[in-house]
Amino acid sequence: MNDPKHGMTLIVKTVTRITVWLIILYGIYLILHGHLTPGGGFGGGVIIALAFLNVLLAYGRSFTKNWLNLKFMEDIEAASATLFLFMGILGIALGGRFLTNFLGPGKPFTLFSAGHIPILNILIGVKVGMCLFLVVWVLAALRTGEGGEE
Amino acid sequence: MILYILCFTLFLVGVYGLLTKRDLIKLILSLAIMGYAVNLFLVLFGYRSGAAYPIVTEGAAPGPMVDPLPQALVLTSIVIELGTTALLVALAIRLVEKYKTFDIHKIRRLFG
Amino acid sequence: MPVETWLYFILGFMIVGSVIALEIRDILSSVVAIGVVGLGVSVAFLFLQAPDLAIVQFLFEIFAMVILIRAFVKKDYHMETPARVHGILVGVSILTLVAVLVASIPVFRLLPAFGEPLMETSRHYVDHGLSDTGAANLVSAVILDYRAYDTLGEVTVLFTAVLGTMTILRIRRAKNGGGKDA
Repeated sequence: MNDPKHGMTLIVKTVTRITVWLIILYGIYLILHGHLTPGGGFGGGVIIALAFLNVLLAYGRSFTKNWLNLKFMEDIEAASATLFLFMGILGIALGGRFLTNFLGPGKPFTLFSAGHIPILNILIGVKVGMCLFLVVWVLAALRTGEGGEE
Repeated sequence: MILYILCFTLFLVGVYGLLTKRDLIKLILSLAIMGYAVNLFLVLFGYRSGAAYPIVTEGAAPGPMVDPLPQALVLTSIVIELGTTALLVALAIRLVEKYKTFDIHKIRRLFG
Repeated sequence: MPVETWLYFILGFMIVGSVIALEIRDILSSVVAIGVVGLGVSVAFLFLQAPDLAIVQFLFEIFAMVILIRAFVKKDYHMETPARVHGILVGVSILTLVAVLVASIPVFRLLPAFGEPLMETSRHYVDHGLSDTGAANLVSAVILDYRAYDTLGEVTVLFTAVLGTMTILRIRRAKNGGGKDA
């Protein structure tokens, strides 16, 4: 894990190990409170992608490959797009129109309010985060894989 | 009105880069500048002087707010720009790998 | 100071920054200058009362800079090839663009003045957004409730862009016979 051959110095690795969870937590906070405060699925998703990118830059490729299940990430990325569509179809079934807010507004200014907006925010956050991280992953793989892998 | 003209000038700086530069990275950056100008223009268009951000605060009387519609459209546009920038970077990497040059005039010459 | 004065400063700064980014020969400095322009956009969004956009633009900037630097400024770091022939072409294009700018001024006169938007559709969103959707953040209410279909299209576009990126970059892998899939 603290292999000096890959990634950056020990200081960077230690700081990353402490801060990466805080960054991910902040991203989750932004996503969940998207209907109450500035932020939302787009901003939170990009923050989560940046947290994974931080690990990738600090620890190098081989560690990140073991730490994250990339196949699973691709799967949930595609699944979140499909679930978005599924929410729309559920809107037809329960509310009559595509993407109807079938859960109702609820009590404003609380976390569980605004019907399907928090759910769609979560889906978009997962989608954007995984998408952008996978793009950077492929780009990084290309550059380092120029002469011999890793 | 002067703000609109300045914003359009920024857009034209991007077009200038697209017309005259020959480096692949400079072309990607020109497209990014044009994207900034368009996003900023849309948001400038929805600003209402003296109004607050479009978030209702609990308990406070709702005052005038800026137009939320351009902000919502620009929000999606920024993220799409990120995706297309990644796509352009990928295309540029492939071109550089194939032709070993960043100069688009040389790349064009290879086709005769 | 009124908002307009700040925006004059920021926009002038951004124009200067983008001209520097296009004209400087060092690619790393160019990418950094674009980053500065993007942060200027982010500050401008804050002045225009759009905190959502400021957050997303800030993150966009960081992400784009990481992608560009990671992709290009590593092994084959290069200076831009100096332009040799097309001095006249540069002059002609600058003249054309200035002509376009001058010709477009009457169009900007027709637009509503800065600070007084039309707000025909948005009036409904602002007045009834909270009671219709229950979301305090009206931007969120617009993108995920009133115009959720747009967002579905956006997700599709993003998905397609990422698929395109992965396809383009994986062709080479398959050709080289590198068995490792990323």
